[in-house]
Amino acid sequence: MTVAVNPTQTGEPVFYLADEHPHPEGWSTSLGFWIYLMSDCLIFAILFATFGVLGGNYAAGPAPKDLFDLNLVAVNTSMLLLSSITYGFAMLTMQQNKIAQTQVWLAITGLFGAAFIGIELTEFAHMIHEGATPQRSAFLSAFFTLVGTHGLHVSCGLIWLVTLMVQVWKFGLIEANRRRLMCLSMFWHFLDVVWIGVFTFVYLLGVLR
Amino acid sequence: MSRLKILALLPLAAALSGCDYVVLAPAGDIAAQQRDLVIISTVLMLLIVVPVMALTVLFAWRYRQSNTEARYEPDWDHSTKLELVIWSAPLLIIVCLGALTWMGTHLLDPYRTLGRIHADRAVDQSKAPLEVDVVALDWKWLFIYPDYGIATVNDLAAPVDRPINFRITASSVMNSFYIPALAGQIYAMPGMETKLHAVVNHAGTYKGFSANYSGAGFSGMHFDFQGLDDKGFDDWVAKAKSAGGSLGRAEYLQLEKPSQNEPVRRWGTIDADLYRLILNMCVETGKMCQSEMMAIDAKGGNGHQGLNNTLPLAYDKYARRGTALGPEPTFVAGTCTPDAPQGKTTASITAPVDTAPLLGAGLKRPSFTPLKSSSFFLGQRPKSDS
Amino acid sequence: MSPDLLKLIFGRLGFESLPLHEPIVVGTFVAVALGGAVLLGGLTYFRLWGYLWREWFTTVDHKRIGIMYMILGIVMLLRGFADALMMRGQQMLAFGGSEGYLNAHHYDQVFTAHGVIMIFFVAMPLVTGLMNYVVPLQIGARDVSFPFLNNFSFWMTVGGAVLVMASLFIGEFARTGWLAYPPLSNIGYSPDVGVDYYIWALQVAGVGTTLSGINLICTIVKLRCPGMTMMKMPVFTWTSLCTNVLIVASFPVLTVVLALLSLDRYVGTNFFTNDFGGSPMMYVNLIWIWGHPEVYILVLPAFGIFSEVTSTFSGKRLFGYTSMVYATVVITILSYLVWLHHFFTMGSGASVNSFFGITTMIISIPTGAKMFNWLFTMYRGRIRYELPMMWTIAFMLTFVIGGMTGVLLAVPPADFVLHNSLFLIAHFHNVIIGGVVFGAFAGINYWFPKAFGFKLDPFWGKMSFWFWVTGFYLAFMPLYVLGLMGVTRRLRVFDDPSLQIWFVIAAIGAVFVFIGILSMLMQFAVSFLKREQLKDVTGDPWDARTLEWATSSPPPDYNFAFTPVVHDNDAWWDMKRRGYQRPLTGFRPIHMPSSTGTGIILAGLATAMGFGLIWYIWWLAALSFIAMLAVGIGHTFNYHRDFDIPAEDVIRTEDARTKLLAGAK
Repeated sequence: MTVAVNPTQTGEPVFYLADEHPHPEGWSTSLGFWIYLMSDCLIFAILFATFGVLGGNYAAGPAPKDLFDLNLVAVNTSMLLLSSITYGFAMLTMQQNKIAQTQVWLAITGLFGAAFIGIELTEFAHMIHEGATPQRSAFLSAFFTLVGTHGLHVSCGLIWLVTLMVQVWKFGLIEANRRRLMCLSMFWHFLDVVWIGVFTFVYLLGVLR
Repeated sequence: MSRLKILALLPLAAALSGCDYVVLAPAGDIAAQQRDLVIISTVLMLLIVVPVMALTVLFAWRYRQSNTEARYEPDWDHSTKLELVIWSAPLLIIVCLGALTWMGTHLLDPYRTLGRIHADRAVDQSKAPLEVDVVALDWKWLFIYPDYGIATVNDLAAPVDRPINFRITASSVMNSFYIPALAGQIYAMPGMETKLHAVVNHAGTYKGFSANYSGAGFSGMHFDFQGLDDKGFDDWVAKAKSAGGSLGRAEYLQLEKPSQNEPVRRWGTIDADLYRLILNMCVETGKMCQSEMMAIDAKGGNGHQGLNNTLPLAYDKYARRGTALGPEPTFVAGTCTPDAPQGKTTASITAPVDTAPLLGAGLKRPSFTPLKSSSFFLGQRPKSDS
Repeated sequence: MSPDLLKLIFGRLGFESLPLHEPIVVGTFVAVALGGAVLLGGLTYFRLWGYLWREWFTTVDHKRIGIMYMILGIVMLLRGFADALMMRGQQMLAFGGSEGYLNAHHYDQVFTAHGVIMIFFVAMPLVTGLMNYVVPLQIGARDVSFPFLNNFSFWMTVGGAVLVMASLFIGEFARTGWLAYPPLSNIGYSPDVGVDYYIWALQVAGVGTTLSGINLICTIVKLRCPGMTMMKMPVFTWTSLCTNVLIVASFPVLTVVLALLSLDRYVGTNFFTNDFGGSPMMYVNLIWIWGHPEVYILVLPAFGIFSEVTSTFSGKRLFGYTSMVYATVVITILSYLVWLHHFFTMGSGASVNSFFGITTMIISIPTGAKMFNWLFTMYRGRIRYELPMMWTIAFMLTFVIGGMTGVLLAVPPADFVLHNSLFLIAHFHNVIIGGVVFGAFAGINYWFPKAFGFKLDPFWGKMSFWFWVTGFYLAFMPLYVLGLMGVTRRLRVFDDPSLQIWFVIAAIGAVFVFIGILSMLMQFAVSFLKREQLKDVTGDPWDARTLEWATSSPPPDYNFAFTPVVHDNDAWWDMKRRGYQRPLTGFRPIHMPSSTGTGIILAGLATAMGFGLIWYIWWLAALSFIAMLAVGIGHTFNYHRDFDIPAEDVIRTEDARTKLLAGAK
């Protein structure tokens, strides 16, 4: 926003703009979305901290090494990482205005995301079936809550993704939709980053513990 | 009205109502040192607060609109010198106060054993300190004197000038153990132990209470603390001894049920292990002690067998602990050893016969029992009979 | 119907949940119901529903939302203050074997509700309302960054307030103290709906607060008018920015900690339980990591108000603008490093305690610098004692006492003897009433003419002022004294009859404050009746300095017909001095956001979901949740969220103002 605020040639100071200069639509959106992501980041930070405090309190129950199947988690992680890459492709094709290809990449992203959720739910179901419920120990409470919150975010992301696909299909790659895809892109990559933290601190370090 | 004025009002107020400014005139050395710190800090801060208040009044008066004689400089908004002063003056005070705080906090750390019993008297090394174990119950205080084998409810006594070592815990919710005349307070928390070292210098009867709200009976959760001479203390112990009765695990489980405005009670003998069991939350037989649990956890948990070592909770202080959507409440079963060592029988220790939901005064029975949630949610544990 | 079916439909809600056997509550309910019926009947009779819905409930105009926040804050103040009166009455009476008139079941709810309501539903709405109203005007913007979100945030706050109020008549409120420490607040010790009301009221309101924080940060960062660099922003805008940063960086912590508590309560996890490795003290840590910044969230905007008021009524530039800004930023950062001073008595060890004690004291340095800045703003000024300035002087004299006792409490060994005592109560009321409430009143008196076009009546304003200030001192100085006698907080009955006199004085003080509140309501009523006499036609009744006074009172929907350009901190002062001429021609259409009902619908559904969860009415909770998703997604299909105010309308509005200004001369 560069507007002449200095006195005009006549020496009279300018106190108002004669021309209406509306901010472009979505002028604040990306900043706002960043701030929202940071507040969400804080939510995860607290959950990580909680896990850090309670992660060793097994209440004479099972520990991570008894419960986690790292192979499954590795598959799961790759699902999410791949979904981030495919989302990247979706954004690239979006910039080239290729609606069909964008939609295809978005759909693939959604499938990877759904696979991630599916695997996570399988893991949870398996643990609960074994008796390692969130109620068994503070460690398990913290584990289910941290990982579950992440999963919940991914699920919200999926709903959002489907909504956006419908909107792109109905209204095309208009400015508003591009902005929304951009926001979801940030959200999706953000969840990826959080997952890397989960994978490292909860699973890998947990098994080493 | 500033604190100074309040302090100046003290004699007047005291004369008016006979009030007892116990925080400012305590009977124990620790509380006296804390009082000194209160006063020194206040005076230090008054160094800046009084000038600020005076200047506020002065400027407010002098630069009122009707006073046209006062200078008016509408564009004067900066002075580097003044800025330096207004940042450095509070800074200097805080530096002093910070140093005082650092020293005071370390010297008056409640966990620190006493170095002196009075400003001019060192600790008498020949006398062992008095050990007292304090348990905050709903809503009364249990004091156990392990060296004397006695216990009391809502009655605490100590000989004058003998250091007291308190070990403090709670049975259910958080409280704060506070005898203003003796020393500052410290929280009493379930499953955790805090410590307090103090000494009483003047004989007398002082008030003690919980300083952290803990539920319906909180207001009645106070007791008398008596500072006694050695003879008086011996008599006091003898009185407790002669009260007879024995405080064991079963009696404790009865005692810890919520009750309000408890009168003084005394027991002549105690289960020597009771305080440890309370602290580790395993007075109920069969329950795993916290210490054992933590030892297992430190070694990496109990593995898959740890999934099967919980039992339904049949006994609890309150009527219901189960949640609407979760499984029935359980507890972690002990693995026998430290709780009931070989050769020591535990057969006589039983939970109260009456396992019906226990209600304390002021607690009404919750009218709701959850839907059979276990069928559609998470756990498949056997239903308890509570 | 079978009990199982009833349970399925009504959860744990039944006739026994209604306090039919409590005469006081029934009486209150009848009074509220009658009052409500009259109000609703009146609205229907005068056919105001459509007007309210179109012009207020669905509005996205930051000014109207700001006003609605203020109304919410004042209405809830009455409820919160009724609780205060009940407490003072109980503590005054319950001596010498008397049980007073409240049993523990009620008394414990009363003090919990008092704390929760005063912080979340009085102080927060008042502060948010003022920021919402003033900030866009001060930075020369047409509205906030996300106008729809603003409406939604407001209604979420209302939703939380509705849940708290519902607990008065349906079921009960928490009996745990305002921060609901576990294990007491856990299901084992608080099995009733009280804590659930607490949790969901705060969660619903908390979402609104966080979103409004994001919104205002974006507004301040992105929508400032040309020429207004960060260091040319008015101080109130600066403090608002810092406050909203604090909101965004602390309310998520509250959200998480309450979510964890609700997991403990609903599904039996073990975060804050005694058993199974849970740690109640973690809750205490986490909630204060939110709780301490919250204190500054409330007081920073008040500091901003005092800065504006002092400089306006001293007729002088603010002394030390730069150091004021830095002081605010330093306070913002430091407020995250002090949370442990709320529980020194936990036994964290001397080094930890002294660290947090000293960081707490360090905050008093920038605060002290601010105090001096206000002092030197008055120095060599021409002070006009209008109501806002009177509140400011009262603040300066009162707040230093609160600040001093606060620093005293930051010395851990001193805290050991004063923690949780009435001294502590006196301290934080001293800073919250002396700082936040006085600040809000200064702000209300200052900006009221801007919002409504007429000044507030000075006579009733002074009545309110003197009763509030005297009442405050009468009510809280005795509590300092009682604290030094070792009297602890939240006690319902007392044994020692010598204490009674102090509680009687405190109760008299509370009555004084009550008269102060009534005078304030009277002030609004009288001012409305005398609005022609008190009319402000210039838009600048105080000869003020910042941009919001450049436009008319009340400002048009679009705030400024032309986007202003700023050259100085005191932009409007600068414009007046340099002979600014208001433009009379060349008006253009103005692009504005359109109203929407989505916000109130979403918030209503969120409230219904909270109610369902509180009472275990699972179908209601699930249905409301699904409906929320549907409405939310449906809203994103609306791509036409704004419109143009035609140039003719702008011309008509501005011409009217020209006539008004000409008439004033």
